[in-house]
Amino acid sequence: MTGLKRATQLLTTPFHARTSAANLQGRWGPWAGYRAALCFGDVDMEYTAIRNAASVYDLCPMVKYRFTGPDAEAYLDHLTVRNVAKLKPGSVHYTLWCDDEGKVLDDGTLLRHGPQEFLLSCQERHLPWMLDAATGYDVTIADVTTEIAALSLQGPTSAAVLRLAGWDVSDLRPFRMLKVDFGGAELTISRTGFTGDLGYELWTSADHALPLWDHLMAAGALHGIRPIGTDALNLARLDAGFLIANVDFIPADQALRHDRARSPFEIGLDWLIDWTKGHFNGRRALVAERAAGSEWAMVGLDIEGNVSAEGSILYLGKKKEVGYITSAAWSPSAKRSIALAQIRRPYHESADIWVEIYAQRELQYAKLMLKADQTARPFYEPARRRTTPPQAF
Amino acid sequence: MLTRSSEVIVIGGGVNGLAAATRLAREGARVTLLETAAQTGGAMAARGAAGDMPLAHLTPGLDPRVAKGMALETRGLRFHAPLRDTALDLGGDHRTVAGGLASGADAAAWATLHQRLMRFASVLAPFRAMAPPRLKGGGNDWGALMRHGLGLRAIGAREFRELLRMVLINAADVAEDELNDPLLQGLMAHDATQGAWLGPRSPNSLILYLNRLAMGAQMRLPVGGMGSVAKAMTEAATAAGVTIRLGARVAQIETLEGRVTGVVLDDGARLLADHVVSAISPKATFLDLIGPRGLETGLLRATRDIRARGATARLTLRLNAAPNFRGADLQSRMVIAPSVNAVEEAWNPVKYGEVPKRPVMEIVIPTATEPELAPDGGHVLSALVQCAPHDPAKPKAAKTAMLKATMRVLEDYAPGLGEMVSATHFLMPWEIEAEYGLSNWHHAELSVEQMLFNRPNHATAQYATPIAGLWLGSAGSHPGGGITGAAGWNAAGAIIRGKAV
Ligand SMILES: Cc1cc2nc3c(=O)[nH]c(=O)nc-3n(C[C@H](O)[C@H](O)[C@H](O)COP(=O)(O)OP(=O)(O)OC[C@H]3O[C@@H](n4cnc5c(N)ncnc54)[C@H](O)[C@@H]3O)c2cc1C
Repeated sequence: MTGLKRATQLLTTPFHARTSAANLQGRWGPWAGYRAALCFGDVDMEYTAIRNAASVYDLCPMVKYRFTGPDAEAYLDHLTVRNVAKLKPGSVHYTLWCDDEGKVLDDGTLLRHGPQEFLLSCQERHLPWMLDAATGYDVTIADVTTEIAALSLQGPTSAAVLRLAGWDVSDLRPFRMLKVDFGGAELTISRTGFTGDLGYELWTSADHALPLWDHLMAAGALHGIRPIGTDALNLARLDAGFLIANVDFIPADQALRHDRARSPFEIGLDWLIDWTKGHFNGRRALVAERAAGSEWAMVGLDIEGNVSAEGSILYLGKKKEVGYITSAAWSPSAKRSIALAQIRRPYHESADIWVEIYAQRELQYAKLMLKADQTARPFYEPARRRTTPPQAF
Repeated sequence: MLTRSSEVIVIGGGVNGLAAATRLAREGARVTLLETAAQTGGAMAARGAAGDMPLAHLTPGLDPRVAKGMALETRGLRFHAPLRDTALDLGGDHRTVAGGLASGADAAAWATLHQRLMRFASVLAPFRAMAPPRLKGGGNDWGALMRHGLGLRAIGAREFRELLRMVLINAADVAEDELNDPLLQGLMAHDATQGAWLGPRSPNSLILYLNRLAMGAQMRLPVGGMGSVAKAMTEAATAAGVTIRLGARVAQIETLEGRVTGVVLDDGARLLADHVVSAISPKATFLDLIGPRGLETGLLRATRDIRARGATARLTLRLNAAPNFRGADLQSRMVIAPSVNAVEEAWNPVKYGEVPKRPVMEIVIPTATEPELAPDGGHVLSALVQCAPHDPAKPKAAKTAMLKATMRVLEDYAPGLGEMVSATHFLMPWEIEAEYGLSNWHHAELSVEQMLFNRPNHATAQYATPIAGLWLGSAGSHPGGGITGAAGWNAAGAIIRGKAV
C-alpha cells in the first residue's frame, strides 16, 4: 500500500479537460510521463479524419527545448547533423543528433524563431547531454515542455479550419511558420506534421490551451474536425514513412546492448548530414562509416496479403534471417500491407526477401511466409501535402 | 603513420615528455619539445629559489627501457644505493626495512607478505610496458585474457586465486591480517596510499601498493639530486635530435576536420605538426588546449569525469644542523605513519576539505647522503606530506594549519628540529597545480577505475585519442606516474606502431 501511495500519477496535458471528456473509451497510454489518448472511440474514423477532413492531436508530451543566445546557431550546428546556419528564422527543419560513435540519439523538428532563438521538439529527454554539449557556447537551454501547449491539426480541411478560425495560412509553405495573436498570447502556426498530409502544428502558451481547443473545434465543426489518438496517428505516420524513436530505432543512450544503436546511414537519414559545415558531434565516426560501409539499412516494404507484419522477422530466400520489421500495418490509404524494416546489408538490395508472420485467427495462429518487396517511402503521399496555397476542401 | 619526415610536437618536458620525444626522434621523426618552464624536467626540476627541492625527491628507478634507450648511464647518471626504509617510532624504537626484510618481532611475517606481494607485482609488472587492452564490442574471453595476461602459469593456480582475492581489497585489511607490528602496518598503509586520493581502508587500495612494488620495491636518490635525471634525459633528447624550446607555453592545439594540425603558443606563434604528443595533464589537454567546442560531447564528459585530486603537500626545510629523529638513520627514507589508523585518520578530514591534525609523511634528507647538495653547509629536509585537502573552503587558513600540523609532528619525532630551520618552502596541492601543472601525483588519480583500459578514460586509453594525430603520454596515461618515464615511452611506441592514426 505504501508503495502505491508514493507512486506518481501520469501527468495530464493542458488539454486534458477536453481530451478526457472526448475519450469515450478511456483508452490512454503513457507517453513521456503524460497520459496520452490512444483512441477517442473509433480508430478508423480518426484515421479517416486525418486523410479526409481535419484531425486534432495533442502534442504536449513531445519534449521541447528552447535555445537562446548569441551562440545558439553555432551550438546547434555542433549538436545536430543538419546545417542550422541554412535554417532561416521563421523556418523549421527535421534533424537528428548523434553520440560520439555516430549513433542516433534522437530526431526532432527544429523551429527557428529568430536569429538567436530556436525550439526543438523531440521524443526523448536529453537535457544533460544538451547542457554538456553547450560547454564553451554562449547559449541558454531550457526544457519548456510544460510551458507550451501544442496541437497538431492535420488533414485536407485543416487550412480551411484555420481560415475559419481567423488565420489565413494560404501563403504558408511547408516548413514555414506564421505568428498570430490568440487571446493576447502568441500563437505560432507551422506547416509541419507527422501525417504526410496537409497540416499544421499550433504552439502557444499552456494557459491558452483550452481556449485554443474550443476555438478550433468550433471553427472546424462543419469541416469534419475530430480529436484523434496515437493509434490513428501512428497509422498515418507509417503511411508517410516517418520513424519514431524507441519504435523504429533505439536512442543510442538507451540501448543496453552494444549492437542495438543505429547510425543515420542505418536508418535512412544520412541525407540530413551536412558534411561541409565543419565539426559536429559524431562526425568523425560517420566519416569513417561512410568510407567503410554500414551494417544495417532501413527499408520500406510492400508485403503481399493484408495481414499486418508487426514484430516479424525477415528472411532471405525464406531461410536466412536478415532483418526484422520495426513498424507495420495495413494502410487504408496506400491500400497495401506496408512496413518499415531493418535489413542487414547487403541484403537490403535483394529481391528475395520474405517475412514470416504469425497471424492469429480466432485464437489460433497460422504461420505465413509472405513476399516482401521493397517500395519507396512515403508509402502514401497526397499532393496536397506540399501544394501552396492549399486547395479548398 | 609516423615517417621520417613527420613533424612531431611534444607538449611538456617532464620525465614522460622527454622519454617520448627521445624515442620518437630516434625513430627518425623531427621532434620539437615545448616546455613552458625555464627548464626541462617537470616534477624533477625545482622551480623556486635556488636550492629548493623539486617536487619529486626519489625515484623507484627509471623504466629499464627508458634508461637503456636514452643511455642514461653513459651520460653519467648514477644512483646512490637503494634507500632503506625507516618506520619512525615516537619512542625511538624504529623499524627498518631493506631488501624485503624488516627489523623487529614481525620480521618473518613481513618477509612472507613481501614475497607474496612481490610475486603478484611481478605478474602485473609486464602490463606496465604495454598498451592497455582494448575494450571493444563484446565477445572478449576475459577469463582467458586474465589468465594469460596475468601469467597464471607462472604463479600457479593457488597463488592466482589469492591474487584475485586480494587484488581489489584494501591495504589495511592485508596489513592487519598478515602483520602485527603497528609500525610496519603503518608503513604499508602509507606507501599504498602515497600520492593517491584514498585511505588505507578505502576499497582497492592494495593494488596501488602492488603497482608501487612493480615499479621497484626500494626508492633511490640520484647522485646530484633529482635534477641529474632531468639533465641526463635532456641531454639524451638533444642528442637524439629533439629540438627543445623552453618558456614555450602551448595555449591551443589546432585541429581541422578531426585531425591535429599543430599548436599555438601563448605568444601567438603557430607551429605545424603531423602529430602532437601531450605529455601534460589529460584534462588540461582536452578542456584547455583543444577546448570544449572541438570536443565531442561524450569525450568532453569522459574528460571532465577524470578525477585528478592531489592530497600531497610538499615541504622543504633548510636546516642549519643535522636533525635527530631519535637516532634514526638520516640516510634512509623515513616514514611517519605509526599505524594503519594514523594514516586513515589523516585521510578522513581530507574528504571534507579539512586539514588532518597529524599528517603522515615521507622524509628524505638528501644532504645526509650527499653533503655537497647543501650549498652552504647544513641540511635539507624534504618531505612529502600526506593528506592535504585539495580544494578547501579557505585555502590560506588550510595551508597555515597544514604547515603547523606538519611541523608539530616533525617536532615530536625530532625534538629541536624547529629551532634548526633557516628556510621553509611549503606547497599545498593547488599551489603545486598552479606552479607545476600537476594536480595529482599521476596527473589523473591512479585508482582501479582509472587504470588500464580506463586510463585516463575509455576513449583515450591506448595513447591515441579520437582526434587523429593527437596522443597522450603523461603520467595520466597507463601505467601512471612516478619518475619512471614508462607512460611516455609507451606512448611513443603506440605512435611508432601507427595504430589508430
Ligand atoms: C608533490 C609531488 C611529489 C612527488 N614526488 C615523487 C617522488 O618522490 N618520486 C616519484 O617517483 N614520483 C613523485 N611524484 C610523481 C611524479 O612527479 C609524476 O608522476 C611525474 O612527474 C609525471 O611526469 P610527467 O612527465 O608525466 O609530468 P610532469 O613531470 O608534470 O611534466 C609535465 C611538464 O609539462 C609542462 N607543461 C605543462 N603545461 C604545459 C603547456 N601548456 N605547454 C608547455 N609545457 C607545459 C610542465 O611545466 C612540466 O614540465 C610526485 C608528485 C607530486 C605531485
